Amino acid sequence: MVLLEVHTGLLQGIRHFRFHAGSPTDTCMALHADAQSTKPLLPKLCIQLYMYLILALAVVFWQPAAGWARSYDTINVSNPFLHKTPVAVPAFKALAAKQAETDIGEKARRILNEGLAFTGYLKLVNPDAFLANPARTGIQLGQINFRDWTGIGAELLITGGVEADQGQVTLKLRLFDTFNTKLLKGKIYTGSESQVRRMVHLFCAEVSHVLTGKWGVFNSRLTFVSRVNGNKEVFVSDFDGHNPRQVTHHKSISLSPAWSSDSQWLAYVSYAKGKPDIYIKHLEQNRGTIVSREGMNISPAWMPGQAKLAAALSFSGNQQIYLLTRDGEIIKKVTGSWGINVSPRFSPDGRKLAFVSNRSGTPQIYIKDLNTEDVRRVTFQGRYNTSPAWSPDGKRMAYVGIDKNKIDIYMINLASGPGMPVQLTKNQGDNEDPSWSPDGNLIVFTSSRENNSPALYVMTAAGTDQRRLMHMTGRQTQPAWSGPMVQED
Amino acid sequence: MNKKLWINVVMAMLVAGLFLTVSCAKKTVVSDATTIEDQAAMTEAEAAAEAEARKKAEAERIRQQELEAQQASEAALEQARQQAAKTRFLHQNIHFAFDSAALSSEAKELLKKKAQWLKQNANVSVTIEGHCDERGTTEYNLALGERRASAVEKYLQDLGIGGFRLDTVSFGEERPLDPGQTEAAYAKNRRAQFVLK
Repeated sequence: MVLLEVHTGLLQGIRHFRFHAGSPTDTCMALHADAQSTKPLLPKLCIQLYMYLILALAVVFWQPAAGWARSYDTINVSNPFLHKTPVAVPAFKALAAKQAETDIGEKARRILNEGLAFTGYLKLVNPDAFLANPARTGIQLGQINFRDWTGIGAELLITGGVEADQGQVTLKLRLFDTFNTKLLKGKIYTGSESQVRRMVHLFCAEVSHVLTGKWGVFNSRLTFVSRVNGNKEVFVSDFDGHNPRQVTHHKSISLSPAWSSDSQWLAYVSYAKGKPDIYIKHLEQNRGTIVSREGMNISPAWMPGQAKLAAALSFSGNQQIYLLTRDGEIIKKVTGSWGINVSPRFSPDGRKLAFVSNRSGTPQIYIKDLNTEDVRRVTFQGRYNTSPAWSPDGKRMAYVGIDKNKIDIYMINLASGPGMPVQLTKNQGDNEDPSWSPDGNLIVFTSSRENNSPALYVMTAAGTDQRRLMHMTGRQTQPAWSGPMVQED
Repeated sequence: MNKKLWINVVMAMLVAGLFLTVSCAKKTVVSDATTIEDQAAMTEAEAAAEAEARKKAEAERIRQQELEAQQASEAALEQARQQAAKTRFLHQNIHFAFDSAALSSEAKELLKKKAQWLKQNANVSVTIEGHCDERGTTEYNLALGERRASAVEKYLQDLGIGGFRLDTVSFGEERPLDPGQTEAAYAKNRRAQFVLK
């Protein structure tokens, strides 16, 4: 329990692996953690088991922790991003003592550092403080004196080894818990030098999974809209905006790209035929369709796990939300009120639909239960609330609100009923288009805070660590990360 | 007395002779002059007639020219008037309040003029574009822009413009007229705009 005092405010997952050294959780992790094994045994079963354990442990141990924390600081409990876990990443070892290995190691370490910092709940220990150099003394469990690391405040340690031979690169990466002196995860990756970035991000996903039970954002891809020669086109990139690829070439206005939950399909809006239509497109194969009914066809959103979408269509004269097949056929009408009904977003379990309607006179967010047909309004503060974005656990909703002519991102807690929204952005230009990372830790959004020109930014779900995602020519808007994917080994 | 009479006779004869002499001499000269004068008089008349004709023709020409010029300028004026009317039709936009698709009385007055123009130009079909200012969110603004365009379309239909001549499209906040971020720019951008098909 001494550790709890030190780590109040860490993510639940981190807490749990600290509390229960030697618990069944470790048995599960040990299957992954074998440094020489690249393929964990029964990975899916293990992930499930792990999730259940996390849940069970949360139930058993959360109560005293929360109670204790509340007595002196309630902010820490709700905001794990205020107290980041310090992680040390010393230089990688050149396993065959080649200069090329040292160089690749430095590149890999830089990518790793950026990836770890990206999570929002880890912070890097300043290398100037390091007392040991595993690149010389060894990167394996028996070769590390963990006091060198706990002494400088590092709670986690990641060591790396590089082998480079005839264009093939092998990366050996290990994550250690310094206080419990144990290996949490070891992985070996092999590929060409150009794949080093991908290898490191696969390991970042492993780190995220060990610490939080979720794979994080590293396996996700990002889609967004960017200006190209005065037009707007849809792009897809790595999770962090690297390797952007233009996926539309309509030379028109293209908007609102939305991922299917298997990340194979995009639905988006384009004016390619002179008016807004919905394009449903497979990213790899030449498949898809166009929904071009009379009036406008806008704001597509995929139903989780289904080849179905919700979208706002206006052929009836009013903008109503419909459920469509992936072929663009109408399954049913979801909204019926007069006025504007747009921006449908399914709850992560697919049972509810959030949307924006001005049925009360101003745009507000409503949630419809698709089974009971009940509709409830969820935003009550202010006269303009749009762009709903469910957290992946379905408990919270980020959205855009306008207050005193300032456009900002807010969050409401759905579980506790209508309460005061939390303002996540403030006094930094206009902020729009919130979209969650699949692990629920990060929110990507559009902000005009620099040069009055919209660009993509990232913050933690608590609104901290707001930073620009990438620098790219043109203006970027409407970002969205692809849904959770199970890590492939 | 006889003597006086004789003198008188002689005097009379002398005067008569003198008179006759003078007359004779004078006659010849006058005759010549008359001939010349007669010839000159004829040429002058001809010239006067000619001049008159020329003057007339010139006047006619000028009148014609003035008429043509007037006609041309009237045509040009009419054309300019029509052009101005068309320009007004295309560039005087219908404006809206923030987050509203309701037509103000000002907007309705302007739409009546637009309906007039559409009636005078019966062969013209138009697209009504609905636009929004940049405040607000992309998707909601697409819907709002469509409602603005539809409100205008419906009002014109109520004024007797055939629906087949009218079409709508919303551009949401994608095509601002004024890229500025002032209230004036926003007001300019919240509009329904007419485009000829």
